[in-house]
Amino acid sequence: MPVFWIVLIVLALAAAGYVLGQSRALTQVDGDARKLHSRPGYYGWNVAFSTALPALVLMVIWLFLQPAIIGNSVSSTISDDAIPEGQTRGIVLSEAAQIADKLSSAVSQGVLSRPEMMALRVDDADGMGRLKDAGLAVLTRPPVLGAAQQYLGMQRMGSIWLGILSLALAGTGFAWALMRTKPDFRARNVVERVMRGMLIACSSIAIATTLGIVLSLVFESIHFFRLYQWQHFFFGTEWTPSFGGGSKLGMLPLLWGTLYISVIALLFAVPIGLFAAIYMSEYASPRVRSVVKPAIEILAGIPTIVYGLFALVTVGPMIRDWIASPLGLGNSGSSVMTAGLVMGVMLVPFVSSLSDDIINAVPQSLRDGSLGLGSTRSETIRQVVLPAALPGIVGAVLLAASRAIGETMIVVLGAGAMAQISGNPFEAMTTITVKIVGQLTGDNDFASPETLVAFALGLTLFVLTLGLNIFALYIVRKYREQYE
Amino acid sequence: MNDMSLVERRLVQDEIKITARDVQVFYGEKHAIKDVNVDILDKTVTAFIGPSGCGKSTFLRCINRMNDTIDICRVEGRIALDGEDIYDRRVDPVQLRAKVGMVFQKPNPFPKSIYDNVAYGPRIHGLARGRAELDEIVEKSLRGAALWNEVKDRLQEPGTGLSGGQQQRLCIARAVATAPEVLLMDEPCSALDPIATSQVEELIDQLRQEFSVVIVTHSMQQAARVSQKTAFFHLGNLVEYGETDDIFTNPQDPRTESYISGRIG
Ligand SMILES: Nc1ncnc2c1ncn2[C@@H]1O[C@H](COP(=O)(O)OP(=O)(O)OP(=O)(O)O)[C@@H](O)[C@H]1O
Ligand SMILES: [Mg+2]
Repeated sequence: MPVFWIVLIVLALAAAGYVLGQSRALTQVDGDARKLHSRPGYYGWNVAFSTALPALVLMVIWLFLQPAIIGNSVSSTISDDAIPEGQTRGIVLSEAAQIADKLSSAVSQGVLSRPEMMALRVDDADGMGRLKDAGLAVLTRPPVLGAAQQYLGMQRMGSIWLGILSLALAGTGFAWALMRTKPDFRARNVVERVMRGMLIACSSIAIATTLGIVLSLVFESIHFFRLYQWQHFFFGTEWTPSFGGGSKLGMLPLLWGTLYISVIALLFAVPIGLFAAIYMSEYASPRVRSVVKPAIEILAGIPTIVYGLFALVTVGPMIRDWIASPLGLGNSGSSVMTAGLVMGVMLVPFVSSLSDDIINAVPQSLRDGSLGLGSTRSETIRQVVLPAALPGIVGAVLLAASRAIGETMIVVLGAGAMAQISGNPFEAMTTITVKIVGQLTGDNDFASPETLVAFALGLTLFVLTLGLNIFALYIVRKYREQYE
Repeated sequence: MNDMSLVERRLVQDEIKITARDVQVFYGEKHAIKDVNVDILDKTVTAFIGPSGCGKSTFLRCINRMNDTIDICRVEGRIALDGEDIYDRRVDPVQLRAKVGMVFQKPNPFPKSIYDNVAYGPRIHGLARGRAELDEIVEKSLRGAALWNEVKDRLQEPGTGLSGGQQQRLCIARAVATAPEVLLMDEPCSALDPIATSQVEELIDQLRQEFSVVIVTHSMQQAARVSQKTAFFHLGNLVEYGETDDIFTNPQDPRTESYISGRIG
């Protein structure tokens, strides 16, 4: 039975429970709702929740665990000699899973009946031929086909049991809650507790996900540091990974590139963004502001890959031909300067939009006070408005900085992929993010330090941006308190 | 021509500081001040009273052109300071506001230290030569605002950390430190307790020695205590203007009478 139908039945039962629970509560007090502990609707919700929630939770857990359990038991039926030389158990298993997919679509398209499919043999010319005609050709060895069939069999069993169990659970909940529906049953308290539980569950999901990501980063990083000395990673100045062995995985060149590009980007974005914000909030008329502000914010909506193209095709060659080459500072099309400037353009709306909001939040009374003492508008901005907004602006800059540090696309296309430490901004360099992508594209072997280093790099990056974000939020919050 | 000489003569006689003639103020379509004519004397405290929304603050803000900062606000008529039209193109509102200082209804200390708050005006206008002189101005202003004893040990702490009443006195000190000729005060005591209020009133009385002070207040008692002249506004009109004693004991207009006896407001 497809899960979809089970869910539908459970929900229908819950809806019926709502109606029944409500009317049962009312009949018990002869229709006088004021004799009930809670309003009638709560009795209905109580029945509906008792019906649907346990069943749905069971389904989620089941569907979450089923693949792993089936995978394990299928795996245990594959004998070691069924695994060819040079392959792992995992590869055989994923092959079996692919075949299982094909077989089940063959059944659903009517190419084979289910018993035919389960009885299919590698040397069954008729069955194989029909599969081939349907565009689902299966080329495999007997143990793999057997595993695939076992796979499908267990899946079917699983979903049958899931259907039975969850419907039974829903029915039990339904009956139990209906029985509990008495006039003095504290239905509102129960329903509100359940609601609160659901709200908590939703907010935990975000936290749990973050935690999961961090944990996986940490675990993989620990693996990495078992294979590669941490001193060499953190303090190594050479980045020359090679999958054959003998890699040097020092992260300093990447950290240097990251910070260098970010600093250039911020040097570009902060003054421009800040001045744009000052113009918008202090000088522009409301009409101009209503045009200029969205126009600047459009920049924030451009996908970074587009900025990357712009860096690669326009800015990079321009900087090379007009500045770097004539000055003899190098002739590389991709450079730190290119990536930094283009990233700076990307960050302008961040800085300007946030700063604009913050400057606007400075109370008008402060401006009046300053103007009333005979200071000019620019004195007022410099000496009163900006100092008042400073913590918030610092927060905005830090948020922009953490964006800059995490940016990938612009760097790949603008600064290249060469890991080196150099002071010349017209040379190609690269960043942590680019190398994470680099180490994880292509064939991965999650046992080699060359792949695992990506996690250590990711963790470094995470710690870096997390620190910046926390610092920024702390400052922004402190600033908010000042005027509220 | 005749009018002009009249004004001239009175200027000599009574030392008129500010002259307003046929002043109209519009906020967009709204006519907030209608045909106001008033002569504000030098070295005098003038009180503006009237029910809420009658335009006291609006008229006060015309005197130092703070209304320029409101886009939709339009001022017509003539307002002269020492006989010079302040809405003339040759007058820079920035310079004008240095001469006509303002204290606002809500205390608005800058997010700076107490010292820097008071020193703000003198620094901008270059009133002090050297640190010692600036220190002196700050101390004198803070003493004048009856705040010195409370803050003399914490001049470097932020002005926003003071209590509401202290903040207001800080704002008064700040305005006084800029050495204005006219001081406009928009309900300066509305955030103060009775003790601080009486200190500020004492201060206003002292300020009269040097400046012309215009104070907006909702308290009849305060107007009676501190002012020599009183102007009563009602629905954008200046209804009655005269000696404070006359206004309170012998009002000419029935609207004034009912307001001060508490029947409209
Ligand atoms: N910035 C503004 N934009 C539009 N209308 C305004 C503005 N400021 C004041 N007004 C209007 O002008 C009129 C006079 O306002 P004003 O603030 O001068 O009154 P007030 O006498 O000072 O009142 P209160 O005693 O409550 O301070 C009011 O009707 C008010 O709504
Ligand atoms: Mg007012």
